[in-house]
Amino acid sequence: MTSADAVAVAASPEAIAARLAASRYLADDSLATAIFLAIRLGKPLLLEGAPGVGKTEAAKAVAELLGRELVRLQCYEGIDAGHALYEWNYQRQLLAIRHAGEHEIDIYDDRFLIARPLLQVLRAPEQRVLLVDEIDRSDHEFEALLLEFLSDFQISIPERGTIRAAAQPIVILTSNRTRELAEALRRRCVYHWIGYPDAQREAEIIMLRSGHVAEATARAVANAVQEIRARPLAKPPGIAEAVEWANAATILEKGGSPWPEAFRRAIGVLIKDEEDFSAIAPELGRIVEEALG
Amino acid sequence: MMRGESLPRAAAPFLGFARLLRRHAFAIAPEQATSFMQAVTLLGPRSMNDIREAALATLAPSPDRRGEFDAHFRGYFYGDAKPLIEGEEDDETRVKDDRGAREEENQVTRQEKGGELSSALEQLSARDFQRDSDGLGSFRRRLACALPARRSFRTARTRSRGTLDLRRSLSEIVSADGDIPAPQLRRRQTVPRKLLLLIDVSGSMKQHTADYLKLAHAAVQGADRAEVFTFGTRLTRITSALRIRGREQALARAAGLVDDWDGGTRMGPTLLAFLSVPRFSAFARGACVVILSDGLERGDHSDLETAMRRFSARAFRLSLASPLAGDPRFRPATAALGAILPMLDDLVDGSSVGSLTDFILSLARPAPAASVIWKRVS
Repeated sequence: MTSADAVAVAASPEAIAARLAASRYLADDSLATAIFLAIRLGKPLLLEGAPGVGKTEAAKAVAELLGRELVRLQCYEGIDAGHALYEWNYQRQLLAIRHAGEHEIDIYDDRFLIARPLLQVLRAPEQRVLLVDEIDRSDHEFEALLLEFLSDFQISIPERGTIRAAAQPIVILTSNRTRELAEALRRRCVYHWIGYPDAQREAEIIMLRSGHVAEATARAVANAVQEIRARPLAKPPGIAEAVEWANAATILEKGGSPWPEAFRRAIGVLIKDEEDFSAIAPELGRIVEEALG
Repeated sequence: MMRGESLPRAAAPFLGFARLLRRHAFAIAPEQATSFMQAVTLLGPRSMNDIREAALATLAPSPDRRGEFDAHFRGYFYGDAKPLIEGEEDDETRVKDDRGAREEENQVTRQEKGGELSSALEQLSARDFQRDSDGLGSFRRRLACALPARRSFRTARTRSRGTLDLRRSLSEIVSADGDIPAPQLRRRQTVPRKLLLLIDVSGSMKQHTADYLKLAHAAVQGADRAEVFTFGTRLTRITSALRIRGREQALARAAGLVDDWDGGTRMGPTLLAFLSVPRFSAFARGACVVILSDGLERGDHSDLETAMRRFSARAFRLSLASPLAGDPRFRPATAALGAILPMLDDLVDGSSVGSLTDFILSLARPAPAASVIWKRVS
């Protein structure tokens, strides 16, 4: 698939939403529109939202929808050019200098260049999808480092000059919003905030993600999770946890536990914080009963 | 930028909307306005919703200001009444933090023991700050060096005790034409820890809040990474206001952001609301957390206990500065203080700016836990 093919796939937001659904990812109109605009405008897509709302999954689904290889760069505090762009293989350079003796040698040759995710994407002959995951965990300096890449799809290596993308990549950045991102970064991107889905959509996602969960179970889980999320928890459950809860409760029910009890026993896959569990435990029975009701 | 007259007539409204947002302090770059128009063209537009989606995706308002953005959109494109929105909207905590409003009808303000006023009743009011002079300048200058430090994952060049920096060593070798000069070394940097100030603005703290805000302004100006929130019946982030260099202007802006001056206290639920927002609770991780409050939690204190336990687990050092501790007869004898004392690293005098600045500047020095000190005193 060429870049033109990618544009053809992204004929409209509705076409994107349908293709994402085929990849088992349910996108609402706003997200489908943002993906459509990012592909058609040739800009990076910045997805922000609480942990567990499906930002990384969206990037994977976009790669699948376009039939592209996904290259993932996981950000963390202290990440720098050496981890994200490129690094010289200094040990090999030193050995080469020693072996060369009196001969001339180019120590900035391709042999000594270790390509990290951003450079890999630029040098790939085919268009790739680059996921820059959790950009909010990196330092401000790293954000500044990305600006050249995000606006022009090129990087400058002092010893080699500027390297431009052979095929312009689709770039998706995600952020949990643990800190504010620089305006310079935001304005280079198409932006979308992913919120928690409503109960109906969450039930659809649960059914799509786990084939053996009954519709009534999925609806009950979705209702109960909405109620639980509305409380001030240290770690509000994400969509993945809701899917796991529905799965676990179904397995327990098939193993002989009656319904409300199966939900209660499977709560460990939904609430993964001891204090949250203590806060929810007294009311869990009522929440589940009401959700099933 | 293109002049308005040279634009196609159909493009003018979109550029006008970008200008309107700029006038209301949204940072809209020219290329974003261009992208907005391109996005509208790509989407048809088939409906007004397409124009709204295009605006949201390309003009990228932050989630905090989404409500304000929507109000401007409706006002501009639908001709709705002009939105009465000024300044920065508070973060999303209020969604989960509406118990104060529900309790409002039932609650009666109570006179607490010791003459301190502490209730869950919201009393929204505004406040002005007068200029005065104090010794906060020296605090501001000394703060960055006085905060406890931690090792960063970033490295810096060093002359001794470091790991070999192959990149620089190699370039030295190449520039020295193959000779091997002294090896270049790198070592992990140390950076000051974050400082998080949580200021109680309830009625019982009325006479201290002005001083606390001045101190907070000096802290934000002096420290690399300081965050300041106020809490009473609500939680408000005022760091952005305090970043303004002029104190009078900064405090006036902060005063405008806070709605719950001198109202009731819901310390436990408000602190829990703080912790339930990942962006906020990330401020507390590994930070020096200083809560400026008398700790007078009315009614059940289980929420306060839970919140303090969570803070204690996240923070590098958790301190409560209470103005009541300035009295030599003070003992942490209330049920709430007794319950949270084991989780506190410090329970100190917060009755004056001088004692507070001395304490904050001593945060890097180790001290016995608060429970040990107060057991000794009792």
